[in-house]
Amino acid sequence: MAEITVTVKLFAQYREGKFKVEQRQYPEGTTVGEVIAETGIAVDRYPIGVMIINGRHVEEDRILEAGDTLALFPKVGGG
Amino acid sequence: MADKIYRVRMNDLSFSVEDVPKEWLGLGGRGLTSTIVAAEVDPECHPLGPNNKMVFAPGLLSGTAAANSGRTSLGAKSPLTGGIKESNSGGTSAGIMAKLGVKALIIEGLPEEDDTFYHIHVTKEHVTIEPIPELVGKENFEVLDTMLERYGRKVAVFSIGTPGEQRMLISNISVKDPQGKIRSLGRGGLGAVMGSKKIKVITVDAGDSKETYLADAATFRAANKAFTKALKENPISGEGLPAFGTDILVNIINEAGGLPSMNFRYGTSENAEELSGEHVAENIQERGGKTTHGCHAGCVIQCSQVYNDKDGNYVTSGFEYEMIWAFGANYGIDDIDTIAHIDHIMDDIGVDAIETGVTFGVAAEGGMLPFGDGEAVIKILTEEIPNGTPTGRVIGSGAGNVGKLYGVVRVPVVKNQGMPAYEPRAIKGQGITYVTTPMGADHTAGYAVATNILNSGGHIDPLKKEGQVELSRNLQIASAAIDSTGMCIFVAFPALDDPACLPALIDMINARFGAELTGDDVTNLGKNILKLEHAFNLKAGLGKADDRIPEFMKYETLPPHDAIWDFTNEEIDAFWDF
Ligand code: SF4
Repeated sequence: MAEITVTVKLFAQYREGKFKVEQRQYPEGTTVGEVIAETGIAVDRYPIGVMIINGRHVEEDRILEAGDTLALFPKVGGG
Repeated sequence: MADKIYRVRMNDLSFSVEDVPKEWLGLGGRGLTSTIVAAEVDPECHPLGPNNKMVFAPGLLSGTAAANSGRTSLGAKSPLTGGIKESNSGGTSAGIMAKLGVKALIIEGLPEEDDTFYHIHVTKEHVTIEPIPELVGKENFEVLDTMLERYGRKVAVFSIGTPGEQRMLISNISVKDPQGKIRSLGRGGLGAVMGSKKIKVITVDAGDSKETYLADAATFRAANKAFTKALKENPISGEGLPAFGTDILVNIINEAGGLPSMNFRYGTSENAEELSGEHVAENIQERGGKTTHGCHAGCVIQCSQVYNDKDGNYVTSGFEYEMIWAFGANYGIDDIDTIAHIDHIMDDIGVDAIETGVTFGVAAEGGMLPFGDGEAVIKILTEEIPNGTPTGRVIGSGAGNVGKLYGVVRVPVVKNQGMPAYEPRAIKGQGITYVTTPMGADHTAGYAVATNILNSGGHIDPLKKEGQVELSRNLQIASAAIDSTGMCIFVAFPALDDPACLPALIDMINARFGAELTGDDVTNLGKNILKLEHAFNLKAGLGKADDRIPEFMKYETLPPHDAIWDFTNEEIDAFWDF
């Protein structure tokens, strides 16, 4: 199956032992949820808060397209 | 001992200690300051003249063991907005005032016109009002240290620096924190109101008054336990805020395209990673310092931090998102350490982070100085402003006035108050709060970012209009009520998502006063406060035309989403249908 390249950005506690930003290859049709599982970020300890693709909020079932930038955040807040 | 109203009259330097009128008994914090300002201040008065008053009040739960209950509210007519103002902050003052039985401290009148500045010292049923010539022209840290030397570390201290003395509109009031550092109070130029009354410093000494009376101590303790649990178990108040502080917001607001940059020209910033909470936390870890730090003793969230320089020397504490955004993204400084240094200077002289940062953005747009020039900012803050030079006074007059002086169209203010760190075109619910809150552009009044961006309390698309007015209204009502309890606004995160949180809070209020408030009563309290404040503003001359976004946001699209402000006037005005 054809591969696509997407940019994955991790934030807050998700960076621990992982990366800040990387270009990564996935099979076409990969969902956000599958990327979360593949990166191995600590969603058990810090449940997913916000997923953003190209500046827009998305859900886990969203299918990635070539060139997308996916940003993953645990629950964060401030003010 | 029943709580009392302490009243200080600056016109004849006298005071009285009064019984609390029945209708004020159930009020605290913002509910009380706004009620007193509405009852006693002529909405048409000049905010710096003899008829404005300052009202300091601890929250309903301040002085008790309730977690996060140590916020002090200050109310007055604002010289920046021309409307009513309530501002609250941590520090040690709320607990001390509550323990002493000070329901509110009201300061009215103006002293004779000369160079004298005064020190007000509040003790049990007594107030002294003395000239303090040795501190005139001094900044906050020196004033604070002098007071702590004189009275010991347990005294509450409110003070102004030289910008407040000079009645500048960017000036605020400093409040001592538990570590002997500074928290700040009073957006909207309340430092100038204190300066107009010729008050350099206020100290409150609770002496040996220690305990706050509880009608039902056992129920109170149980409710506080449940409440604390809700705060600690929530991922934001229990994990994110302690680990990264409020500055964790830089990256997420930037990714969502709502981080105002270069004076509200763009919705993202190239400097985001440098400015981010992750980067600040990394620096703190490498250099020593503390990621967790509370602005008052009972805080279990501890969003504040202690930030050191490269050599491990203390630079500042309470290094917050709004400050880092204002000077980093909005004014364009690309070095976090320079911003930390500026933060310390601003604490010392006593100027509001948001108003000052937005002012520098507008000044840069107008060509007064280049964007991103940290050295120029430091020079203005340490030389021009303290000395009251024309340049210092220009910056000291706030974003709206600088925009007029320099003929700038892109001036991000509502009711003449500078906008905080969320772009209203790209985070529309927050924009509705900016235009409708009686406070002028303010984020804490109704933090729609929570639901627009952070997925707290569900999710409402930030770029669409649907649901935003209702969201902002509900949040503003809840915030007005929370601001009356003395609670820090971050209890809103568990309150939005954990059904155990608000009932525990109400149980504590009931157990403290022997009352029987329900959730509906608390909602009604919030509604009443908003209506009272709105009515004050209408009488002060702030009408519908002031509940509007700056025009450029209606015709200039904001990258990256090409977002525009597209609410009709009718849609905005429907906010008040409740
Ligand atoms: S969470 Fe932050 S602002 Fe709130 S009381 Fe604690 S230190 Fe202060």
